[in-house]
Amino acid sequence: MSERKGSALSKTLICICLVIWALIVLFPFYWMVLTSFKDTARYMDEMVPTFFTAEPTLANYGKAFTEVPLGKYFLNTVIFTVATTGLMMLVIVPAAFAFARLEFRGKNLVFALFLSLMMIPTELVIITNFVTIVEWNMRNTFLGLILPSVTSVFYIYLLKENFEAIPDDLYNAARVDGTSDLKYLLKVMVPISQPTIVTIIILKVIECWNSYVWPRLITDDPNYFLVSNGIQSIRESGYGREDIPAMMAAVVVVSVPLIILFLAFRDKIMAGVSRGGTKG
Amino acid sequence: MKVVLENLTKQFPARSKKDRDVIAVNHFNFEIPDGQLIGLLGPSGCGKSTTLNLISGLETPTSGKIYFGDEDVTALPPEARGVGLVFQNYALYPHLTVEENIIFPLQNLKGAKKMTKEEMHRKAVETAKLVQIDALMERKPKELSGGQQQRVAIARALVKIPRVLLLDEPLSNLDARLRLQTREELRRIQRDTGVTTIFVTHDQEEAMSISDLIIVMKDGVVHQIGKPQDVYDEPANLFVAQFLGTPQINVFEGEIRNGRVRIGDEDVLDAPGKADRSVWVGIRPEGFIPDPDGPFTCRMDRVEVMGRDVSVVSTHVKMTGKCVRSIVSAENRFEPGQELVRFRLKPYKVFLFDRESEERV
Amino acid sequence: MKKNNLKAWLYLLPAMLFLGVFMVYPLVDVCIYSLEENFHFVSQKYTGVGLGNFRHVLTDPFFVMALKNTLILVAITVPVSTGLSLLIALGLSSVKKVKKLFQTVYFLPYVTNTLAVGLVFWLLFKNTEHTNGLISSLLSMFGMEPINFIEGQYWQKMMVTCLYTVWIVMPFKILILTSALASVNPEYYKAARVDGASSGRIFRKITLPMISPTVFYLIITGFIGAFKAYSDEVALFGTNLNAAEMNTIVGYVYDMLYSDSGGYPGYAAAAALLLFGIVFTITFVNLKFSRNKVQYM
Repeated sequence: MSERKGSALSKTLICICLVIWALIVLFPFYWMVLTSFKDTARYMDEMVPTFFTAEPTLANYGKAFTEVPLGKYFLNTVIFTVATTGLMMLVIVPAAFAFARLEFRGKNLVFALFLSLMMIPTELVIITNFVTIVEWNMRNTFLGLILPSVTSVFYIYLLKENFEAIPDDLYNAARVDGTSDLKYLLKVMVPISQPTIVTIIILKVIECWNSYVWPRLITDDPNYFLVSNGIQSIRESGYGREDIPAMMAAVVVVSVPLIILFLAFRDKIMAGVSRGGTKG
Repeated sequence: MKVVLENLTKQFPARSKKDRDVIAVNHFNFEIPDGQLIGLLGPSGCGKSTTLNLISGLETPTSGKIYFGDEDVTALPPEARGVGLVFQNYALYPHLTVEENIIFPLQNLKGAKKMTKEEMHRKAVETAKLVQIDALMERKPKELSGGQQQRVAIARALVKIPRVLLLDEPLSNLDARLRLQTREELRRIQRDTGVTTIFVTHDQEEAMSISDLIIVMKDGVVHQIGKPQDVYDEPANLFVAQFLGTPQINVFEGEIRNGRVRIGDEDVLDAPGKADRSVWVGIRPEGFIPDPDGPFTCRMDRVEVMGRDVSVVSTHVKMTGKCVRSIVSAENRFEPGQELVRFRLKPYKVFLFDRESEERV
Repeated sequence: MKKNNLKAWLYLLPAMLFLGVFMVYPLVDVCIYSLEENFHFVSQKYTGVGLGNFRHVLTDPFFVMALKNTLILVAITVPVSTGLSLLIALGLSSVKKVKKLFQTVYFLPYVTNTLAVGLVFWLLFKNTEHTNGLISSLLSMFGMEPINFIEGQYWQKMMVTCLYTVWIVMPFKILILTSALASVNPEYYKAARVDGASSGRIFRKITLPMISPTVFYLIITGFIGAFKAYSDEVALFGTNLNAAEMNTIVGYVYDMLYSDSGGYPGYAAAAALLLFGIVFTITFVNLKFSRNKVQYM
């Protein structure tokens, strides 16, 4: 701002760089949408892929759903996501409440143990979990998919911090009025912490929607495939392996829900992720 | 409902091994008559909020008993005691409307007391009218002013018709003008409902202006209980005398010699029948009468004109504060450049306290 | 108090149950597995206790390849993505109007399904019988031979993997760095300007020290994340990563766990513990090394 001459030039340069990176980010999305609208026969003829298509067609989307049970994968993922997220809330809300609000012996020790579990990578425990689920005969069941991921120490921690920020007086006021702890939790704490709870739900939904490794281990029956596994099996065998436009249509269908979710809750998601989410 | 506190003691365990246990309330004995407004007064950290929490049941006493009427409530949980509690920050539920806030306590009632939706609504409106917020029922707390929020908090405390209403620093979050208005309002609501009400405050003026009785506390110990004017006129000890009254009482080092009160080398007052000893002499600002022949001489500093009265600020070698402040009628004239000022003292505005025990002589 | 005790444990019970079964027990169990030699899944028998699993894993050429791949991936993607993110975050902090739009766009890869978008990258870099991949076509416009990255030479595949990994991990880093930069008190900049400091000097002497804890945090999480690479590779090269010579340590763990022959949890456990050991050591060394270098606000 002080060096006027140089600043206009550098501003332009910065802008150009930013635009270039934006294009790099966006291009794969553009390419997948574009390809999904290309007519398959025509696409096969393109020795060099074209950047536009004159005759967009929706036929690929039809194929995406009919030739491969994409709808089924989709439904499975929705069931998995809703059930996992719902169950997780049932587990983490009371736990966070106990840590934030109740006094009990050994609280600090238990909380420290909980926190130390945050360091344990999934990769380390997945081996035994796989064995456990297999022994429980839960391969190719929703329960097997869901159970190992219904707790998150990090989200308990996040929620506990939020609960603790609610003034003690509110709790005392409720106690004087004869409010039970459970009613206080559900009627006061949860509504007040709604922003954090929504953030947690969204982050969990993203995680569920994209989960791949565990579902891959635990399901080999396509009836229980999630979209990630679905995409993988499409890549390896679906649409005759060569019907790229249909594949891309499937990719679009799988990607769109989360992109819509993101655009709708942009600020919440970005705030939530910067508070401690990492990829995967 | 009369409230009886019997030998009430609350001890908090020490935070660390180095600290000692904290005794927040020490052998509190008192009987609060039915239907009165009681001001629990003391500097911050004196145990008055703890006393309130003990009465409400949020905390359990280390020893001693609490009776509501003839019923021993010491072991009862807060919800079984039937108390209404108004918090300093009001503790309104931010996500509920005014009406939902007021109804909240009613929804917890069980058994025979259980109410239908209509009854609850009627009750809420009734109470809201009492505190004059019935026009704001659909608002959320954050859309209300501080004064309105407080009325909601009072309504919420009153709605289930408590046996005792407890208010923790009810006026401290309001601005000065609103505070005056609200304390009148508080008085009116208490009269209208007739509920025994105990409120905690550190502001002596507030306590004096509306209470039927005030309780002065310090370090967990009750120092004096009585009608505001009585306590002001007859403080039991130096602390009470200093705590009540603005401007503060002037305190001097003095002594009783041969039935006379001496400050420095001046005999200022008769003290018939009192044994010789070192004392603190407390003189209320309004206890000074300027008199060129008066027995008490101070060094003049300045005169602050306040209209009806003037405040004479002077100094004295035996004073304990920064200055001696006296309030006298504006009819008295003071010359600019006047170096000394002499006073006569009103005997009933002068209090003598033992130098060691600080108890009234 | 006592009544509360029981109630509190009741509230904690579900979480403790799930964590116990799926976190704590597995943690103990994985250590046991790693020491049981020649454990077989079906027969549930093992021949001895010792370090045999570790020995086997460390001499397994597939593990060595996975280790090599992972190390290369870490060494390239962590510095590249962190540096690039820093540049972009700096650029972002100097624009005002369209900042929000850029941020939104940059964050998109975070919310996409790794497998799905991986398929797009695969498409961009792959040649088929009918068409050349877009990238290869572009290269040929500059007179180069078309390259089939996906099925080409090792370094070509590694390049695509690195590219995709960087593309995937950037959103998180840009987001964190942007908010770190935004939280630097602007008064420092004003003061520095008044003192006549050049923008380069301001960056080196003020901005960088102020955000160094964040950068450091990103490097550590970056290391941890990159060491666990797996899905990105599957997205590009399919599930048979050994055939593509693109396997990673995590991939190796899963292959050992879930193979057609019924699985070797002992090898998987040993490999997973080795991975954890490596990550732990690197994090520890990082922390030690940076203690004096990083300034905390």
